[in-house]
Amino acid sequence: MTALLSLTGVSKRFRGLVAVDRVSFDVAESAIFAVIGPNGAGKTTLFNTVAGAMAPDEGTIVFAGEPIGGLPADAVCRRGLARTFQLVRPFPALSVEDNVIVGALLHRRHVGAARDHAQSLLRRLGLFDKRCQIASTLTLPDRKRLEVARALATQPRLLLLDEVMAGLRPTETDRMVATLRELNRDTGVTILLIEHVMRAVMALASRVLVLDHGVVIAEGAPQAVVRDPAVVQSYLGAEAV
Amino acid sequence: MMAAGTMGIVAHLTDGVSARTLAWLAALLALLLAAPWIVNDYLVTVLILILYLAYTGQAWNIMMGFAGQLSLGHAIYVGLAGYIAASLFIRFGIDPWLGFLAALPVAAACGAIIGFLAFRFGVTGVYFAILTIAFAEFARIGFGHLGIVNAAAGLFLPVAQYTHNDPWRLRGDPTMFYYVMLAATVIAFILCRLLIKSRIGYFWLAIREDEEAARAAGIDAFRYKMYAIVISAAVTSFAGVFYAFFYNNLFPEQVFGISGSIQMILGPIIGGVGTLFGPILGAFVLTGLAESLNAALAAFGFDLPGAEQVFYGVCLLIVVVALPEGIWPWLAPRLGISERSQ
Repeated sequence: MTALLSLTGVSKRFRGLVAVDRVSFDVAESAIFAVIGPNGAGKTTLFNTVAGAMAPDEGTIVFAGEPIGGLPADAVCRRGLARTFQLVRPFPALSVEDNVIVGALLHRRHVGAARDHAQSLLRRLGLFDKRCQIASTLTLPDRKRLEVARALATQPRLLLLDEVMAGLRPTETDRMVATLRELNRDTGVTILLIEHVMRAVMALASRVLVLDHGVVIAEGAPQAVVRDPAVVQSYLGAEAV
Repeated sequence: MMAAGTMGIVAHLTDGVSARTLAWLAALLALLLAAPWIVNDYLVTVLILILYLAYTGQAWNIMMGFAGQLSLGHAIYVGLAGYIAASLFIRFGIDPWLGFLAALPVAAACGAIIGFLAFRFGVTGVYFAILTIAFAEFARIGFGHLGIVNAAAGLFLPVAQYTHNDPWRLRGDPTMFYYVMLAATVIAFILCRLLIKSRIGYFWLAIREDEEAARAAGIDAFRYKMYAIVISAAVTSFAGVFYAFFYNNLFPEQVFGISGSIQMILGPIIGGVGTLFGPILGAFVLTGLAESLNAALAAFGFDLPGAEQVFYGVCLLIVVVALPEGIWPWLAPRLGISERSQ
């Protein structure tokens, strides 16, 4: 098993607060890997260090055999890691299609080719009929799907999803889960997701890492992790099991 | 072979443009081409001013409308290019078009310096705007003390009566200048369309909309912002050369002053920032109405200096309140024209 993404001893501090404390884990190629944990556990900070939004203070992040820790976000994306934002940020005044074309142009010179690619992704994400709408007029579930489409358009090897299910109704969550699972199966894209919605994590992830106060408290297969006493105590609560 | 190439370019340019839009554009162009035979000499000079502002407005729009970088000091590129071309002409007899070839890289380099300082060190938004003002003001004061260009006393080009129009040396009657500026405006329009429909245009719009999200999509924001300021400065530089040879005089206060920068951006703001046709429409509306106002006041025997400025202010107020996106995004659908919403 070769790890596509490998973190070793990654730490990030904000003044006195240690948001991420010597976190290490490997994400295998074509896996769906979930990071869970209570609010303030450092999930988004960890995510931001991987995506290049912040440089880690310590530790190494290796992607596809190359160190990427501290690289700017655009360079990280060009190497094949594409992210979504927890608070969605589509380009508001652009049409749905143009949003995705922007991503598709990363590895394409011509707008025509980028449009073809964008349209195939919009079909996959169920946004094709809305492609001429202005992004700011979309509903939240659609904006979340649009973010996934735009990230996918950059043809990543690793897709980083930051709470892409948050704020979705259960039926919408199931739809997103199905979409992501299909994507992973059909294209082999590796997915690293940060998620609060356990229903989605259980349905999707092949491996789960639990963070609490910036520290890894458990890692393993989802069924095993949710029975881990430390996880139950700190995060899930007894009734979740 | 040539014909096939030309057809290819035309096909590329008109790709996705409705027949109705093309008809409107053709009608407008025909009207503008015929204008000097229809209107009197005074109105030709008004039209030159309109086209000049349409041209500079388009150049500014590349930066603000497309890439979202607010420059309030675009006069610096006009002034630099004007002074360079005029000085080369006066001192060495170098023709303005060659002078333009010298002025363009200087203006572009000036843009690159301002852009580098700002974008490398994360100066954005209003702070970027202030930086652009600072550079223009620095140039205004600097040229006001620069002996070789006659400092604050101004630089004058020799004016002689010409028996015929000489477009190569930019010497001739207003009609010739009118056609030169019309050509420049059309070329700028085509350039803007090519840019916005291409990869670079998409990346600019992404940066304008959300720079962090653009970077997350792999866009090197620094690089594309640099392209925007350099291209915008280079396009603007021709306006400076034109200004120098049309007015035959350059004063630092006039060409580098902030009022010049402001006048340049009023057209796009009123017409529609980020649209292709907005800067052109805005120039026509503003200058056209202001001149009508002046003519009306003169006809009724009023002499109100400053009426034009007040009028600009009122126009800006009305547009900002009633049509915050500008006139063009409101007007275009009513003409049955759809420009990609920007």
